[in-house]
Amino acid sequence: MNKPVRQLDRVVIRFAGDSGDGMQLTGDRFTSDSAVAGHDLATLPNFPAEIRAPAGTLPGVSSFQLHFADHDVLTPGDAPDVLVAMNPAALKANLRDIPRGATIIVDTDEFSRRNLGKVGYAVSPLDDGSLESYHVHPLALTSLTVDSLASFELSRKDKERAKNMFALGLLSWLYTRPLESTEEFLRRKFATKPDILAANVAALHAGAHYGETTEDFAHTYAIAPAAMREGTYRNITGNTALAYGLVVAARRAGLPLVLGSYPITPATDILHTLSGLKRFGVTTIQAEDEIAGVGMALGASFGGALGVTSTSGPGLALKAETIGLAVSLELPLVVVDVQRGGPSTGLPTKTEQADLLQAMFGRNGESPVAVIAPQSPVDCFDAAIEATRIATAYRTPVVLLSDGYLANGSEPWRLPEIADLPDLTVTFQTEPNAVDDKGAPAFHPYTRDPQTLARPWAVPGTAGLEHRIGGIEKADVTGVISYDPDNHERMTHLRRDKVAGIAASIPALEVDDPDGKARVLVLGWGSTYGPIHAAARSVRRQGGSVARAHLRHLNPFPSNLGEVLRGYERVIVPEMNLGQLALLLRAQFLVDVQSHTAVRGLPFTAGELADVLTAAIHALPEPAVERAQ
Amino acid sequence: MKLDNPGLGHSGFGHPGHTIGMPSTGTSRVPLLAPDAPAQTRKDFTSDQEVRWCPGCGDYAILATMQGFLPELGLRRENIVFVSGIGCSSRFPYYLDTYGMHSIHGRAPSIATGLATSRPDLSVWVITGDGDALSIGGNHLIHALRRNVNITILLFNNEIYGLTKGQYSPTSQQGKVTKSSPLGSVDTPFNPVSLALGAEATFVARTMDSDRAHLSSVLRAAAEHRGAALVEIYQNCPIFNDGAFDVLKDRAESERRIFHLRAGEPIAAGGQVVIRDTDNELRIVAEGEADPQRIVVHDPSAADPSTAFALSRLSESTLSHVPMGVFRSVSRPAYDDLVRAQVEMAVAQAGGPATDADLAALLGGHDTWTVGA
Repeated sequence: MNKPVRQLDRVVIRFAGDSGDGMQLTGDRFTSDSAVAGHDLATLPNFPAEIRAPAGTLPGVSSFQLHFADHDVLTPGDAPDVLVAMNPAALKANLRDIPRGATIIVDTDEFSRRNLGKVGYAVSPLDDGSLESYHVHPLALTSLTVDSLASFELSRKDKERAKNMFALGLLSWLYTRPLESTEEFLRRKFATKPDILAANVAALHAGAHYGETTEDFAHTYAIAPAAMREGTYRNITGNTALAYGLVVAARRAGLPLVLGSYPITPATDILHTLSGLKRFGVTTIQAEDEIAGVGMALGASFGGALGVTSTSGPGLALKAETIGLAVSLELPLVVVDVQRGGPSTGLPTKTEQADLLQAMFGRNGESPVAVIAPQSPVDCFDAAIEATRIATAYRTPVVLLSDGYLANGSEPWRLPEIADLPDLTVTFQTEPNAVDDKGAPAFHPYTRDPQTLARPWAVPGTAGLEHRIGGIEKADVTGVISYDPDNHERMTHLRRDKVAGIAASIPALEVDDPDGKARVLVLGWGSTYGPIHAAARSVRRQGGSVARAHLRHLNPFPSNLGEVLRGYERVIVPEMNLGQLALLLRAQFLVDVQSHTAVRGLPFTAGELADVLTAAIHALPEPAVERAQ
Repeated sequence: MKLDNPGLGHSGFGHPGHTIGMPSTGTSRVPLLAPDAPAQTRKDFTSDQEVRWCPGCGDYAILATMQGFLPELGLRRENIVFVSGIGCSSRFPYYLDTYGMHSIHGRAPSIATGLATSRPDLSVWVITGDGDALSIGGNHLIHALRRNVNITILLFNNEIYGLTKGQYSPTSQQGKVTKSSPLGSVDTPFNPVSLALGAEATFVARTMDSDRAHLSSVLRAAAEHRGAALVEIYQNCPIFNDGAFDVLKDRAESERRIFHLRAGEPIAAGGQVVIRDTDNELRIVAEGEADPQRIVVHDPSAADPSTAFALSRLSESTLSHVPMGVFRSVSRPAYDDLVRAQVEMAVAQAGGPATDADLAALLGGHDTWTVGA
């Protein structure tokens, strides 16, 4: 009894429920199935900081949004086409994002007077006509699940827990996708609990069968696979990609990877992932605090390892003094900051880009470090490699600014060939590089490579190169303690010039300006890449001309950035902060960039940015040539 | 890796707690001098830097003793690293011709942990003071001790902040008048030995700057110990807290006051001896009045740290009874050895070091799909 199939080019689905309802898992599985079906996709998990907020309340709502399509996807989607709401709180918390005409699937079993009351519904919205502009499917998901598991010797509670699999089965049927990969996943997850495994698989199939048999759904939908480059793909989150990038970078550098880290949302998954990769020679140390985490990383770097620490904004604040020491010691150090809403504890599970100035300037003294940012979950892999390249080649701390949106969001990743990745081979100093005043061979730790200004990396265990380094100002070349005024001036400039000189090794900023007629440039950095790119596309589809560029390197900037900025009449800089990149651009280039900001803990929508760009284009004066005519 | 895994259980050799495959001494994975290499001397460990402590500073004596002691270890000089924090004592690494890092205030134990964990072939020493280790760096100290990282921590205790010119420190006695406590400090001081024992330290000792032979013997025992060793060194600051330990330097006074801790011997000084009294407390009584059954025989290897802790509490602010020597020296697997063992086991179980193909398999994960040309 196959129902008719309708072809769609894109769908945005949001699964929403209580923190304990398994919405993140359901979303993850639907995402994996979409990826295997060949769709391009982007995801947006959104969950509370509390592990289990009181059941059925608004603060306890957890959601997972997935955008999948037959074409190149840049964002998780501005507005869902389908909302799955497992209880009244999930409906209420998400309804304002749902456009009229969208489909809403609710679990009516959870719409009890008590649950409605918890979120302030006097009358059920299913009954009062307030949802009449939507396609509502009121389904008794909980009891349907329990009934479908009647033959299982499980508690009612255990049976109810499988309702997310019932919902996943239903949605899988609705969007015509196979269940095998989720079955395979369940077999791995519940390998030691055969009865729970069987119940979940049964609920998954029951959901799919229900879709086929109920009259509630007249047809199913199909989305063709996206045209993607030839290759082998997987789906991956930003944090996993970042962790893998570090492992690969260490291998390409020929260095052991040592992570010192203290758990902090939303960076902790990097610690989790790396702690499971001992087989790859990775050492992880869960430190007693953030300061110790970076200290351990720096100690490992001193010993010739790739020292890495991972954290979020509050942790970066605590690590500041040690990063300053690394600036003075001129040793490689990779500092990963997965940004979240601030200040202070702020919004631990929500995204923001407000640590840029902290990364740039959050230390005492003139203390320059390299700063880079990934632009998508997959790009976290490449950004980790680039951070390692800069840290090891220039003997400098590098701050890698990811954020909560990239960390937990996922997208398909075309797997690279390891051998095609950059060769980051490091050469340690093994021979004396000077003579002392008696003419004997000596080692001067602060001599510099003329190209990079990097000093030699001479690790303990190397005979003849015994030396002492520290945070006190050092004499140029010899590295001995020096309080000489001219020397401090010289060393301060050398440290600045070394970091500024990294620009010679980074590609020029590319501008995407398809018709070459743009007078407005939109410039972003980090995770705003997707929404900005989608907004530019949308403006162009409407006939507008807009140029687009995106910064990976925040310090130093690409050498041509000033030239690019001056090439446009208007430069729009969207950021999830109050204008931090805009401040840097204005200070460095004296260009009157227009800042567009939001700090709502959520990524920009493409629609809102398209409106900003369109308004900027319309606000431009008539071109001089046309006025003359 | 669980500790009851095969390969890490009891071995039957050495002290209980030694495990198969785990190095037994502090320097047993550090390369030794070649047999035909000329013997090292104090000069080999003396850097070309002019020593810049105040005249009369106790640090000079400690430095001289260290430079005299290091050749005894017979280690390659390039495999020795001194890491310090901030404070007068933390300048120590500059004066030793080994590898060294003068880091930031209080953080040396964490830096040393990262170094020791990634480099088993190094002998890693931490030089710190009472402010550096017990105030700003207290957290790192206790965690390095409870983890039992294979590092040797020398805590120079002069009971004052010297480098910032004379404020009370976490070991200054209550009532101490300093520039920041003109009416006397109201802080209760730490007893560093008690603190270390409470932090699960496996090796805790006390010695003194001016007693070269004693200091050398304690350094020897500390270097021998695998795991974290904490050595408190009473050190005189001639400028801001001069004479703090003078009563322990006067021959007659010291014989009365210093209770030397020697394994297997009673703990005695000046005709007095430590006993375990009928109420189970440790007390100091005249030797003649002591019930021989109750005389405490020192056992630094006792698994239970209670007696060592009780001994540490005999110290008084008047320095009338000061136990000196090794309070505790027990064997427990070192953190860095365990960390490396987990990595080595994971690599061995996977059939050897990872190849690019293994890495590619990691990146691919469980769910891949292929897009054709």
